[in-house]
Amino acid sequence: MGNGTRLGRVRGLGSSHHGSHHWLQQRLTALGNILLVGFLFVSFLRLPMTDHGAVLRWASNPSVALALILMLVSVFWHLRLGLQVMIEDYVHGEATRLFALVILNFYAIGGAAYGIFAIVRIALAPAALGPGGM
Amino acid sequence: MAGNEPGARPRSPHLQVYKWTPAMAVSIFHRISGDGLAIVGACLFLWWLGALAAGPDAYAAFIACVWHDPDAGAFHRVTNILGKIVLIGLTWAFFQHLFSGLRHFVLDAGAGYELKTNRLWSTLVFVGALTATAATWLYILQGTFNG
Repeated sequence: MGNGTRLGRVRGLGSSHHGSHHWLQQRLTALGNILLVGFLFVSFLRLPMTDHGAVLRWASNPSVALALILMLVSVFWHLRLGLQVMIEDYVHGEATRLFALVILNFYAIGGAAYGIFAIVRIALAPAALGPGGM
Repeated sequence: MAGNEPGARPRSPHLQVYKWTPAMAVSIFHRISGDGLAIVGACLFLWWLGALAAGPDAYAAFIACVWHDPDAGAFHRVTNILGKIVLIGLTWAFFQHLFSGLRHFVLDAGAGYELKTNRLWSTLVFVGALTATAATWLYILQGTFNG
């Protein structure tokens, strides 16, 4: 570190106008989660969960399928941000932390993609054939 | 990097350096419940959703493993109990994280920092989460036993 001013020594090391980005996204996805996971929670309580046909009819309703897709995006975005902070706090060492963050991104994006694909498959399956193979 | 220095001070919530108070406890349980939902909850949901998409047989296999198997062998008797423990845990984590998150929205607005108020709302988050979890499972099990 050179012997510049105090300001000069930290300039460029900070968040440079993006400091609240992570914080704000965590809050926005939290609001989405309250609505969408709340919907899922109430649905789970009201549905006959052991009856495949009944649950499938519910999930293939276009409004429900859309809500489930939005929920997956909101939840997986939120959990990516949350687990990222956990990794940054507890995983030490540059290489290990970078590796953990890469795995986290694979998990968050892969999990959301798997879930969205499953819902699209349920919602768009021809009614006569029924979905098969996942 | 603080983490690479031998004997460096902990950079973040390391439980051993904090005195346990309601506000501190609600903070660390926000993280624990959130991480539990993010890993166990999300994976279980994807497993359920994949089974639902895969068809009646895959769905029945999921239900037989996690919830109830009419002709249960020893393995499914164990997983049926484990499944309910995990689901009860996830219900608690959901309410704990939800109520604690709502507390965060209040704190974000700059309110609720007075010591007594903070202590009260932190305590209520725990009481509310446990009460809501108990109420949910009384409702579920009552439905199961009555038909």
